[in-house]
Amino acid sequence: MNTPRSGGGARTVAAGPVAFTLNGHAVSVDAHPMARLLDVLREDLGLTGTKEGCGEGECGACTVLLDGAPVCSCLVPLAHARGREVRTIESLGGDHALQRAFVAEGGAQCGACTPGMIMAALALPEHPTRERIRQGLAGNLCRCTGYEAIYRAVERAASETVATPGASAAAEERKP
Amino acid sequence: MSVVGQSVPRVDGAAKAAGATRYLDDLVFPGMLFGRTIRATIPCGRVTGVHFDFDRTGFTVVDWRDIPGPNAILHVTDDQPCLVQSEVRHAAEPVLLLAHPDRETLWAAQVRLDEERAEPVLDPRRSPRSHKDILIERGDLAAGFAAADVVVEGEYRTGHQEHVYIEPQGIIAVPEEGGGITIHGSIQCPYYVHHALTHLLALPADKVRVVAAELGGGFGGKEDYPSVIAAHAALLAFKARRPVKLVYERAEDMWATTKRHPSIVRHRTGVTKDGRLVAMEIEILLDGGAYVTLSPVVLSRCCLHATGGYRCPNVRIAGRAAFTNSGPNGAFRGFGAPQAQFALEAHMDRVAEALEMDPARLRLRNVLRPGDTMPTGQRMGDDCSAGTVLRQAVRRSGWTRKRRAWQGTDRGIGLALFCHGGGFTGSGEERLASRCTLETTATGVRVLVAATEMGQGSWTVLAQVVADALGVPLEQVAVAVPDTAVVPNSGPTVASRTSMVVGRILERGAKDLKERLGGLAPAEHFRRHGPVSVTTRYEAPPGLSWDEEHYRGDAYATFAWACDVAEVRLDPDTYEARASKLTLVQEFGRPLNPVLALGQIEGGTAQGIGWALTEEVVMREGAMANAQLTNYCIPTTLDTPPMETVVVENPFPHGAFGAKGLGELPMDGPAPAIVNALRHLGLDLREVPATPERVMDAVDRRARPTAGR
Ligand code: FES
Ligand code: FES
Repeated sequence: MNTPRSGGGARTVAAGPVAFTLNGHAVSVDAHPMARLLDVLREDLGLTGTKEGCGEGECGACTVLLDGAPVCSCLVPLAHARGREVRTIESLGGDHALQRAFVAEGGAQCGACTPGMIMAALALPEHPTRERIRQGLAGNLCRCTGYEAIYRAVERAASETVATPGASAAAEERKP
Repeated sequence: MSVVGQSVPRVDGAAKAAGATRYLDDLVFPGMLFGRTIRATIPCGRVTGVHFDFDRTGFTVVDWRDIPGPNAILHVTDDQPCLVQSEVRHAAEPVLLLAHPDRETLWAAQVRLDEERAEPVLDPRRSPRSHKDILIERGDLAAGFAAADVVVEGEYRTGHQEHVYIEPQGIIAVPEEGGGITIHGSIQCPYYVHHALTHLLALPADKVRVVAAELGGGFGGKEDYPSVIAAHAALLAFKARRPVKLVYERAEDMWATTKRHPSIVRHRTGVTKDGRLVAMEIEILLDGGAYVTLSPVVLSRCCLHATGGYRCPNVRIAGRAAFTNSGPNGAFRGFGAPQAQFALEAHMDRVAEALEMDPARLRLRNVLRPGDTMPTGQRMGDDCSAGTVLRQAVRRSGWTRKRRAWQGTDRGIGLALFCHGGGFTGSGEERLASRCTLETTATGVRVLVAATEMGQGSWTVLAQVVADALGVPLEQVAVAVPDTAVVPNSGPTVASRTSMVVGRILERGAKDLKERLGGLAPAEHFRRHGPVSVTTRYEAPPGLSWDEEHYRGDAYATFAWACDVAEVRLDPDTYEARASKLTLVQEFGRPLNPVLALGQIEGGTAQGIGWALTEEVVMREGAMANAQLTNYCIPTTLDTPPMETVVVENPFPHGAFGAKGLGELPMDGPAPAIVNALRHLGLDLREVPATPERVMDAVDRRARPTAGR
């Protein structure tokens, strides 16, 4: 593209490390406080499970949980994570009920939206209605599935789980 | 024991749900640079000068003079330059390439182009040049119209559509010792890229290696354009002697890469009082954009689907793909068939209206049955399910009752009958002469094909086919990464051909291999005798013939059939039309994996809903002006209605285990079904997307019935 990107050069100046909790472990990152959390996760910390689909807060592929609430990590500056708890897809280990259900129901096709979708689904209440799932995932675009298989996956995970699938009451309250 | 027909979990599913799949942008190579493309901003004219307003130290800069071979991206022809020499034919045409180790420095660099704008051709109707013209004729059109009681005419339009695969396009080029290059990329067709690069770089085939990463979606958008990006990345990598990653950000991806061809289709139809089609005259115009790319083939498929699922003795189909100074349009799921069948199905409802006949009844009267022929002369066999899907859709959706009960309310119901030819058009599959290899390994058998996994589930389905044909458990079948250094050319991953055509070659190959193994399990045979491999070539189903020059004969080995019923609601305040439910009755031979097949149907339908209602590409000076997901709106969870899917089985004897092509079929129906549901509300819409503005116009016209007829 011809136009220089906005925010270009932001990461060339470092202003001291930023400490936060990542997937239950304390981390400290020496990057510019205005660096996108998405880049910090993917590049500085090597967690590439979080995806970039648009970089403008529209697609939700970059969704992570910040203190339990879903956020678009492409819009979150690193400084906002200071002292807080960040949770990414890697924290689920691969055998979480939602992950198993996404595989069984075909909720993941190309998989580009999947990590973000699962993180957003984690913040849903325990036994969500179809309507509640639709509302809760409205910020996450999927171009492959038409969403039906994703609903079925979330419902299957909910029916399999007696315990909370990861959502805390706090996360539910924080949702807009 | 048998796994074909079972919903086995997809082989790539667990990694995707874990976020562990490595997509192109997740790959890092030592010493890798970042690449950037500088593009023309005028639709037509010349670049006369370049100014670098930055310190060039540490930058690699490439222009057309750095191309070792011809400055051309080879597709159907070679008219598209890799980099602008001086003439510009469309906005966003690539001019210069930059690379730098630091992404921020790279993107902070300012480059100015001196451009001389000339007057562009933006309207395909005014275009002086065709990329391709096609004429299909049958019977006696004049006699047909003479025998008609009623003649209905109309013009129907569809807009551009952007693919919006969630993973944007990207390539990494790695220069190799000895002057070769390895390309890693989000690409549907590794051998297309291979073909284009050997030409551009003037390299022998074995010096170019193309490896397809797993794709975060493709939908046709990664069929031809990746050759351009791979060419750019390769040029930068050669010059810098370092790996180069060229990943587009969303805005660039939307601004610069291909879209679905916009269409203007005119229908003139003669019909008898009792609803028999006696004459169909169809004129198709596609906006091909500035270079030929795939337009001739898209036009071909468009023309061959122009009369859809109906028989008519007298037909004339004239198609043209016109040159314009907009970005080249390319492959998008459906590949011309959605445009053709949008016009046809919207028009059929107008014919029904003129006859005061129920639209489903009009269709039933004319629907293709075994023994009938299409305009090319292709005879329908028992694989024709047009009537079955239509009748089932009417029954399942409660058509007759809702059609009556919703009269005069804010709800409407409409349907569309449609088909999709599987595999390459005409003798295309014979020309491709695809090859697939199976080889024994220490753990079982390995499938070597160029079919890429872009979400559709190809790796899973092909493994299921091999497991059953060989009689081994699924766990013993592995599918190789599509790497041109390893896999044979089994053809591109397009045209709904992977299950049906590639799967069929593998099914035959697995049977051969089974004989070679003489009753031993593959791993056991490997242990005793070392590796065995079997390569199998495409064989056309018997009895097919095609005359490319006159468009006569069997255009496709078979068609898949479907009927969609759409229910819509109109918001009287915002003029927003919303789909509230879709009933999808689809026949695609036999589902090899029902969960994955359902995913194709629901996902393709959602793309069709977007094309029908919200996805409007705003073009300014021949380029997308709303190149942002903020104002180019694909369906979200809130825009996608519940779907009820009915799968009709009619196994096709020449597809793998009865499969026909499925991937594209679901894209063809939702738009006409939705527009016909709006017609049920009395709204005369002949163009998609049916945005609130267009709906409001139609509401105004409904209020003044004489206007706009
Ligand atoms: S990448 Fe963050 S919302 Fe799309
Ligand atoms: S699975 Fe491909 S975007 Fe959702």
